[in-house]
Amino acid sequence: MNTTLRRALGAAAVTALAVPALAACGGSDEAKETDGGKTVTLVSHESFVVSPDVLKEFTARTGYKVKTLKSGDAGRAVNQAILSKSHPQGDVFFGVDNTLLSRALDNGIFESYEAKGLDGVAKEFRADDAEHRVTPVDSGDICVNYDRAYFTDHKLAPPKTFDDLVKPEYKGLLVTENAATSSPGLAFQFATVAKYGDDGWQDYWKKLKDNGVEVVDGWEQAYNDRFSGSAAGRKAKGDRPLVVSYASSPPAEVQGMKQQPKSADEAPTGVATGTCFRQTEYAGLLKGAKNAKGGKALLDFLLSKRFQEDVPLSMYVKPVVKDAKLPELFTKFGATVDAPETLAPEKIAKNRDQWVKAWSSIVLK
Amino acid sequence: MPPALKPSTLKPPAPMLRLEGVTVRFGDRTVLDAVDLDVAEHEVVCVLGPSGSGKSTLLRVVAGLQRADAGRVFLSGEDVGGVPVHRRGVGLMFQDHQLFPQRDVGANVAFGLRTRGTGRDAARRRVAELLELVGLPGAERRAVAALSGGEQQRVALARALAPSPRLLMLDEPLGQLDRSLRERLVTELRQLFGRLGTTVLAVTHDQGEAFALADRVVVMRDGRIAQQGTPLDVWRRPASEFVARFLGFDNVVPATVTGDRADTPWGEVPVPAGSAAGPCSLLVRPGGVRLVADGLPSEVTARTFRGDHVLVSLRPERGPALQASCALAHAPEVGARVGVAFDAEHVVVLGG
Amino acid sequence: MVLDRPEVTEGAEGAAPKGRGPRRTGVRLGLMAVPLAFFGLFFAYPVAAIVTRGLKTDGRWRFGRIGEVLTDPATGHVLWFTTWQAAASTALTLLLALPGAYVMARFDFPGKGLLRAVVTVPFVLPTVVAGSAFLALLGRRGLLDELWGVRLDTSVWAILLAHVFFNYAVVVRTVGGLWAQLDPRQEEAARMLGAGRFAAWRRITLPALAPAVAAAALMVFLFTFTSFGAVQILGGPRYATLEVEIYRQTAEMLDLPTAAVLTLVQFAAVAALLLVHAWTVRRRESTLRLVDARRTARRPRGAAQWGLLAAVLASVAVLILLPLAVLVLRSFDGPDGYGLAFYRALASAGDDGVLGVAPLETIGNSLAYGLAATAIAVVVGGLAAAALTRREGRLVRGFDALLMLPLGTSAVTVGFGFLIALDEPPLDLRTSWILVPLAQALVGVPFVVRTMLPVLRAVDPRLREAAAVLGASPLRVWREVDLPMVGRALAVAAGFAFAVSLGEFGATVFIARPDNPTLPVAVARLLGRPGELNYGQAMALSTILMLVCAAALLVLERVRTDRTGEF
Repeated sequence: MNTTLRRALGAAAVTALAVPALAACGGSDEAKETDGGKTVTLVSHESFVVSPDVLKEFTARTGYKVKTLKSGDAGRAVNQAILSKSHPQGDVFFGVDNTLLSRALDNGIFESYEAKGLDGVAKEFRADDAEHRVTPVDSGDICVNYDRAYFTDHKLAPPKTFDDLVKPEYKGLLVTENAATSSPGLAFQFATVAKYGDDGWQDYWKKLKDNGVEVVDGWEQAYNDRFSGSAAGRKAKGDRPLVVSYASSPPAEVQGMKQQPKSADEAPTGVATGTCFRQTEYAGLLKGAKNAKGGKALLDFLLSKRFQEDVPLSMYVKPVVKDAKLPELFTKFGATVDAPETLAPEKIAKNRDQWVKAWSSIVLK
Repeated sequence: MPPALKPSTLKPPAPMLRLEGVTVRFGDRTVLDAVDLDVAEHEVVCVLGPSGSGKSTLLRVVAGLQRADAGRVFLSGEDVGGVPVHRRGVGLMFQDHQLFPQRDVGANVAFGLRTRGTGRDAARRRVAELLELVGLPGAERRAVAALSGGEQQRVALARALAPSPRLLMLDEPLGQLDRSLRERLVTELRQLFGRLGTTVLAVTHDQGEAFALADRVVVMRDGRIAQQGTPLDVWRRPASEFVARFLGFDNVVPATVTGDRADTPWGEVPVPAGSAAGPCSLLVRPGGVRLVADGLPSEVTARTFRGDHVLVSLRPERGPALQASCALAHAPEVGARVGVAFDAEHVVVLGG
Repeated sequence: MVLDRPEVTEGAEGAAPKGRGPRRTGVRLGLMAVPLAFFGLFFAYPVAAIVTRGLKTDGRWRFGRIGEVLTDPATGHVLWFTTWQAAASTALTLLLALPGAYVMARFDFPGKGLLRAVVTVPFVLPTVVAGSAFLALLGRRGLLDELWGVRLDTSVWAILLAHVFFNYAVVVRTVGGLWAQLDPRQEEAARMLGAGRFAAWRRITLPALAPAVAAAALMVFLFTFTSFGAVQILGGPRYATLEVEIYRQTAEMLDLPTAAVLTLVQFAAVAALLLVHAWTVRRRESTLRLVDARRTARRPRGAAQWGLLAAVLASVAVLILLPLAVLVLRSFDGPDGYGLAFYRALASAGDDGVLGVAPLETIGNSLAYGLAATAIAVVVGGLAAAALTRREGRLVRGFDALLMLPLGTSAVTVGFGFLIALDEPPLDLRTSWILVPLAQALVGVPFVVRTMLPVLRAVDPRLREAAAVLGASPLRVWREVDLPMVGRALAVAAGFAFAVSLGEFGATVFIARPDNPTLPVAVARLLGRPGELNYGQAMALSTILMLVCAAALLVLERVRTDRTGEF
């Protein structure tokens, strides 16, 4: 190695060292965390939210501090976990849902671990029961939401089922998301596949298209801009009273209101309960985790009552543990979805790309 | 007080500056070709040459701004080949002054003092002293941009002198100034250098400037020294047609000397006694061209007033155009027909 | 290919400072070492890693993939759309922004500095914010819809106009900056020689401006060719640029082979653009006689000039101010009518844990990341600019273009590259916060270099020599001569890098990091959740970000020197 190169590397090292000192104000919390044994690193997507108090309780119970790394939406986060499986970024991954589960399992990113409290989880949410590579944590439904005021004003009953959506009286009312770029959009497409089968779903979308469905790229645009029932959409003069969103959107909408309505019937939005697709989110212990013991403790904690009861208000999803209580906001304004559509993760993994391609050629052309 | 400010009476053992075979090439062009040059202490030497003759490069080599491809540079007898620019202890005044634009006059002058670690108070006194010397007393706080060309020139000079360099180099020192200012400054500089005993190496393309300033003139051509000597020597005896023409003499013709006569396109011209016989170039200074009734018949084509005399351009019947210097009262009109005779005293036989 | 140009700035003696000797070369290599190490480690290596991962399976190269992807009609479709929309966007931007450049160069009017700062705000605004603001103008119930029933969202027009919105400042700053310094007397001289007003402009000013226009056009083409956010938000599901496709293939499909091939295609295109750009920039630097910009501007005279000024102001108002104004308006449009409700919520809404912190704290995070990124960008970019100051050598020129390459590289490529490349100690920075400013600095460095380089090159080398002859060591020469002269440019460069990293979104979202979200990330998260409060807070945060950026840019207007590059 010649001297110039050596000096260059030295200089680079100095730069790398000097800069953190300059910016220490930005990362004071992380600076001390070199003790791997006392920290559990949770890798997740941008939508992962937990109340700070809940994490404090975990620390108090176990002595482990949780460091959270978030990046991207669910799909991207899973892909990142797959890419970095030889050197995982953390100990536990949270946020793989049933639409992506097969990809994660096939790539072998998870270590088997049967979390304490799994017995308390309803059967419908459980997956991979043979190997216990993943632990269900929460569940949510993607459903068509409606703008209550619109339907009252037009003296029209809101739609309830998929079949309703293609009826002439609902022509030009629905806005949904691009299945190729948006996760609720994809879930809604899956719902129609589940409902009408491999042969029927394409016809259904042709009808939906003829009935004036509008497709936008993302949920934000659909819900905050186009949907006439949300506060933001009202402000933006949204013109579509039907939108593909979450079953938990109505309580969330109510939460932001200054004067809360007395009952669900007076809430600004409602859910067409016959148009739902169920997504269950799982967590798992990453292979090669530095702190496997802490990771296991964290997985146990994710099924604890404390955490489970926190998820509705922080992530607008429902707990999977049977005895976890829903907050009043959800019991009062949330919809009960009795028979959501579901698809087997293996089937999704096998057909996903071709479904999206077929969907694009029907709907976007 | 630094010794450079007080002329020494002792003869130095080695010249202040010595160049030995200094050669600089840019690509395949040789800008300096084995130049040898000595500058003695307290001497003012002026390098004179047309643009492209390599004279600025010479200064840059001495300053260390340009590496010589061959040859050696000695300052006070020491080979400075390996000494970087900032340790050579020489001063250089750039052609366009290169004052530091965001510093005021005082800070510009003090720059070289600060780099040498002169104390604040001492530097302030020295700056005041130098500004006084260059005729800008009390100008310390003035902005450089607000100075006139002549003032910038003086500040640049003060800045170069401030650290008492053992050798002061000037690159076209007065090049950008107008004529009257230039003439006044030349005289001032001459007096100043005499008073301070500064060793000076200047380059210029203006012969008037060189002759007025220098103890010794070095004429350069294509990277070589064409002639050197006192201004008077060079003026009176240009060594070659090139030097003669560069000094502004146009009456140069090929000739063949036989005894005290030379055969030229103008006919026979008398030459000083003892001139070498054979083919040569011949210079007749304008003062040696006399207008007479007989002689070579010529027509006056132009007259140019030169203060105390008139330069008369002539078209002789044979041979190239001639220039004659006439007293104001005797200058003929344009178109007049005159005869021309030559004075041996003003004829110079040039080498080559 | 980069052309070899003779030097034009040398003095009469032809004392070309060539043959610098090995020491100077050593110094230059030393200066370049840090930027080279930085780009090697944090750009070339991660990008190479992700591309290699895509093209290599089971230890064998699969170059067959390249042919497969390239011959896929879908790829051709994406390439064609990417190219033509970039060309159309560039043409439209030039059409709308050149009059703006002229007005800001030649006319003097109150609020000019403010205007120049305002048109630059979109350039540094994160696309997620700008996109939603822009929808308010062109989208359903946007201004055009209300006035004339014209809706442009999900049409290609929305993309084109958004590209004008983002890149207006590039043209105004690059072309206008030079235009302001062209000596108007040259045009006057031509008119004295009998040329009409237009002929004088066409023969004298246009040729002088042409390289700057070309450089600006290439820059706009580069930014629009690699456009991501604007196409995603405004283009609707139908349109995808190469960059969007790379993102989809990488982040959504995990089809790394296809992504790798597309990345290589984009690299080739961007590298070609950058080489042409470097060439036009050099032509511009060398040959023009420039004057103080303050001397060339005057108050408009006559109906035609006032009309032009009015037209430019109107187009800026519609294209740039209006979308920003809608954003501001919505941030005040609280649940009980107009007020500060959303802003108050920013300070206290930390307890629900959406962001893990109060939204207001994200401003602090952004500032801290921004400062760190700026420090890195200034150190790396400053050293690179110092090394590039002298213009000899093909190597140097190649390096010049190389520094710009990150601007044309997909953030997802870099982000995923970090993930798989920097995964082993001592370089396992994946979980470190420093990765965010490092990624932001990748984008900031080109701006620093482009701002500093013209200024450094404008420093007369003989000024440095004068200082050296007066006894100043090389370091001291740099400190006493270069630094004071480039100090302002350095401040401008730092400010710009800061503003760019404040608004930087791509790299930040593609990097997993401890949960201290930056302001743009917080905006995106808030927008991603239902409810009026979240939406309103997103608008309020965006407004704050906009104000911070505008304030930073306004300060830059004050310290701006005349030869401060093209941004």
